[in-house]
Formats: sequence, structure tokens, C-alpha cells
Amino acid sequence: MARVVVLGAGVSGHTAATFLRDWLGSEHEVVVVTPNSKWNWIPSNIWVGCGEMEKEDVVFELAPVYEKAGIDYRQAKAVSIHPEGGENEEKPYVTIEYTGQGKEGQSETVTYDYLINATGPKLNFGATEGLGPDNGYTVSVCTADHAVHANEELQKCIAKMKAGERQKIVIGTGHGMCTCQGAAFEYVFNVEFELNKAGVRDMADITWISNESFLGDFGIGGLHLKRGGYAASSRLFAESLYAEKGIPWVIGAHVNKVEPGKIHYEQLDGSTGELEFDFSMLIPPFAGVGLKAYAKDGSDMTDKLFAPNGFLKVDADYTAKPYEEWKASDWPRTYQNPDYPNIFAVGIAFAPPHLISKPMKSPNGTPINPTPPRTGMPSGIIGKTVAMSIRDMITKGADKPTHHASMAEMGAACVASAGKDPIHGMAAALTVYPVVPDFDKYPGIGRDLDYTFGEIGLAGHWIKHILHHMFIYKAKLKPGWTLIPE
Amino acid sequence: MEHIEKNIKPYEPSFTTMVPTNVVRFFRTCLIWQFIRFIIINIKMLQVVRKSHH
Ligand SMILES: Cc1cc2nc3c(=O)[nH]c(=O)nc-3n(C[C@H](O)[C@H](O)[C@H](O)COP(=O)(O)OP(=O)(O)OC[C@H]3O[C@@H](n4cnc5c(N)ncnc54)[C@H](O)[C@@H]3O)c2cc1C
Repeated sequence: MARVVVLGAGVSGHTAATFLRDWLGSEHEVVVVTPNSKWNWIPSNIWVGCGEMEKEDVVFELAPVYEKAGIDYRQAKAVSIHPEGGENEEKPYVTIEYTGQGKEGQSETVTYDYLINATGPKLNFGATEGLGPDNGYTVSVCTADHAVHANEELQKCIAKMKAGERQKIVIGTGHGMCTCQGAAFEYVFNVEFELNKAGVRDMADITWISNESFLGDFGIGGLHLKRGGYAASSRLFAESLYAEKGIPWVIGAHVNKVEPGKIHYEQLDGSTGELEFDFSMLIPPFAGVGLKAYAKDGSDMTDKLFAPNGFLKVDADYTAKPYEEWKASDWPRTYQNPDYPNIFAVGIAFAPPHLISKPMKSPNGTPINPTPPRTGMPSGIIGKTVAMSIRDMITKGADKPTHHASMAEMGAACVASAGKDPIHGMAAALTVYPVVPDFDKYPGIGRDLDYTFGEIGLAGHWIKHILHHMFIYKAKLKPGWTLIPE
Repeated sequence: MEHIEKNIKPYEPSFTTMVPTNVVRFFRTCLIWQFIRFIIINIKMLQVVRKSHH
């Protein structure tokens, strides 16, 4: 009998756990450790954050789904990994601390034969003074609860505008090293759409602020699209949309402090600035969730298993080298830890070898560059790929991973909502191939122009809406769920 | 072209980008055209999904 323990039930962990359960016979165990009782379809938090969906539309209870599937579910957060076992335990194990199931605060150890770390990001609001809804002055849409709060604040703003009070709205990224520009991009255009719908657009000054060195970088160094006989940069398309909607932008910006009603930032040219706001949604930087690792003798070896940013090391080339020497082959293929072959990391939890966007610094030495995003499609595909490898290692005795899914050989389909309405709504539908540019294979732009495309329109909104229902259906393991692609 | 006259100012960053004309904006929500695009975009996305699973 083998036991696979999956830490985290987000996009990548839930995918890995449910496929493993489906493929492995009942003689093998699949255990999921995750602190939330509910699964969240995070992309639709954007619509919760502007009042177009309720929290209940984007979450569901995990326990009944896991019970039906035969997955051993522990509502707990993982605290530490002990890959060599410990004083009284021969087998490797993780320590967990319950957050539910009537055992709140209780600790436990769970041994494993294979471990998948799918713990996603820590929303690191603390990196910027005054950032975030809990100890700061800005709102967030990164969790369903944050999005509910964001909408409450937005509605207050709309009420003030209706009463004749002009409002300043600032949306974007809250630190020089943020990722997830796409989510902020979606939110700014959804807010703009809602203000139009409420008849108060003329009462709002909306500004975009981000760490991208050019609009449309998105943390992937931008992309090129075929349009009107040209290979045009995503910069043109992004700027075009902001200009069309009357949203001025501040880019190359590191937000270093937020005070009530005021955002302070530094820019790539070393200058500093301030933006006043009545309502602001700024994405926080991401870090690993802070798992520790211990050797058999109990000594701390967190540095061996994890990169300094808290993400788990996998089969990537982590050698520090200049941008000009970066290769597509630096990116991991199997997501197996080099020291402990029974440990894998999927989704946002794995440590990327380097940025995708070109690294930049202000003259003061402040790094201002988007960090690599790992959006839903790559996270799902990586989760399933690792599950396939572990299945083969358990059932066929394979001595190494049998499947690979490098982000430099994988595309991503992204649909960024720009207004939720079945007739007047819009979204930017994009594909990019590959996610990590391969300048050896595709000199100049790093990507295959035939498989990298994008357009704005109502069709994108329909797709986004269908994806919402399709992925929640799939995550609930309803009939035929395995046929729905990641 | 109200959106152009209202939102673009000379020598502001918005001045140097392309801005869609009314025809482009009309097609973005034209039901028949968008239905056709819906089919085409789905096919393109499925091709990328297929290319990404090894
Ligand atoms: C607002 C927003 C909108 C987005 N929109 C899109 C979009 O439109 N399209 C797209 O492709 N991507 C989108 N993304 C990105 C997408 O959400 C991520 O790519 C995806 O969720 C990453 O999956 P993951 O499994 O790595 O992490 P998550 O989905 O974040 O899952 C991590 C899981 O780990 C759990 N966890 C945390 N700490 C611990 C611990 N100590 N022990 C055990 N479990 C733990 C968490 O509770 C969670 O269940 C969006 C992201 C945001 C924030």
C-alpha cells in the first residue's frame, strides 16, 4: 500500500488528488490536507468583488466531495515536512495543525510515501506597509471573503458618487515584485463597467498602477499577436484598452507605503510619487506559505528544501545567470525535488528558476519587475502531470517521473473579464504558446505566433462564463469530470 | 468617436497608442459576429490545450 499526501486543495492540488484517487486502486491512500472547508474558483472572485456574483456562487464544501471520492480529507494546515522521518518515525511525514473538523488547533503527524506540495501563495500583504484589507487601507479580491469586502467598499463608493461626491479609484499591484497583474487588469475593467452601468462613470477618476515596465507585460515579458498584417506587441493592445476606457496608467512602480487615502510609490527612473484614493484594490506580492523542513535529527533544513522566497525547489536550473543567458530548459519538467525524489511541488508552490520578464531595478536598487505568474491552466496541467508520474511510480514501479510539463513547452489560455453581461459584456480572450518564451526555438519574440492570439469581445465573456460553470462542475467530480481538460 | 475625443490628450501616454474606432467597438458586441468568433476562439484554445498536454 502507498500513501500519497497532497498539501493544498486549490487548482493544482485538487486536480492532482482527484485524478490520483481515480487512477489508484483502493489499496492505496490519497490524503488531502488543506485549511479551508471550501473550494474556491478564484477567477470568479473578480465578479464577487464588483457585486455580480455572491460568495456562494464561487465556493463549495469540500468534505462531501472528498467523502464520495474516497479521499482522506484533513481540514488542517501543513506546518513542516520531515523527508527523512524523525526520532520515533522511520517514514517521512508532515506535521499538520487542524483548522476544522472539531479538532481546531490540534497537531498530528501524517506519514507519506509520496508528497505533493500544492500550497499556492501566501498573500504577503505585510511586505508593503498599509497594504490589504486586514491591517491596511486597500481591498483585495484574492480570496472569496476579501472579494465580498471589496464589493461592500465599492458599493459605498458608488453611493457617494450617486450623491454627487467625486471618487478616486486606484487599482493594480501593491509591490515592485508582485505577480497576477491579470487579476488586477480584470478588476479595473469590471469596476469601470459597473460604474458605467450605475450611471456614475463621469464621477470617478480611475488610475492603474503596476510594476510592469510596459503595459501588457503581465509577468511573462509581454507577448505578440498577429493583427492587421503586423506582429504587434501586447503593449499596444493593453494601452489601447486603457486609453479607450479613459484610465491613465502609472507603470514601473513599486508601491512602498499606503496611508489612509494615499499611495506612495517609487518608479524605475528613481522618482517617487503619490496617488490619492477613496477606493483601492492592489494585489499583494506572493511568497511561499512558510512551511519548514527538518532532518531526521530534528535540525532545520528549510533552506535545503525551499528557495529563499518560500517556494519548494524542484528539477529547475537555479544557477544565477544574467537575463541574456536564460534558457527555456532552465524551467522544471517533472516538478520532482532533486534531494527527495518522493516530494513534488505543483502550481504556485514550486520555485521558478528565474523571472520571465526582464529583471529591472530603480537607480536606488529597488527591484521593480513582475514575478512569474502560474495561472490556472498551467497549474492544473502540472498537477495532473505529477499525478500521472506518481501513479506510474506506484503501480508500474517506475523509478523516475514518467510525464513532463515544462512551462516552456506549454501554452496557456486566459480569459480576462472586462464586464459581466450576457449581451453587453466583454473579455480579452488570449492564448500564449509557450508561457515561458523560448528564444532559441522562436527567435525574436520567443513564441509561436500561430498559437499566440488574442481579441476583445463578447465571445470572450461567454467563454469566461462557461469556464466558471465547467470548472466548478469538474471540481465537484460530477459525471464525466475527467473528460474536461485542465 | 466620443471616447477618443474625451479620453485622449495630446502628448499624454494615451496619445501614442491605437484606439478602436466605432466599427471595431460595434463588432465587439455584435451578436452574430461574436457567435462566429466564439466558435473560432474555442477551436484555437482547444488547439493550445492539446499542444500543452504531453
Ligand atoms: C483574483 C484572482 C483571479 C485570477 N484569475 C485567473 C484567471 O482568470 N485565469 C487563470 O488561469 N488564473 C487566474 N488566477 C490564478 C489562479 O487562481 C492560480 O493560478 C491558481 O489558483 C493556482 O493554483 P494553486 O493550486 O497553485 O494555488 P491555490 O489555488 O491558491 O491553492 C492553494 C491551496 O493551498 C492551501 N494552503 C495554503 N496554505 C496551506 C498549508 N500550510 N497547508 C495546506 N494547504 C495550504 C490553500 O488553502 C489552497 O487550498 C487568478 C488569481 C487571482 C488571485
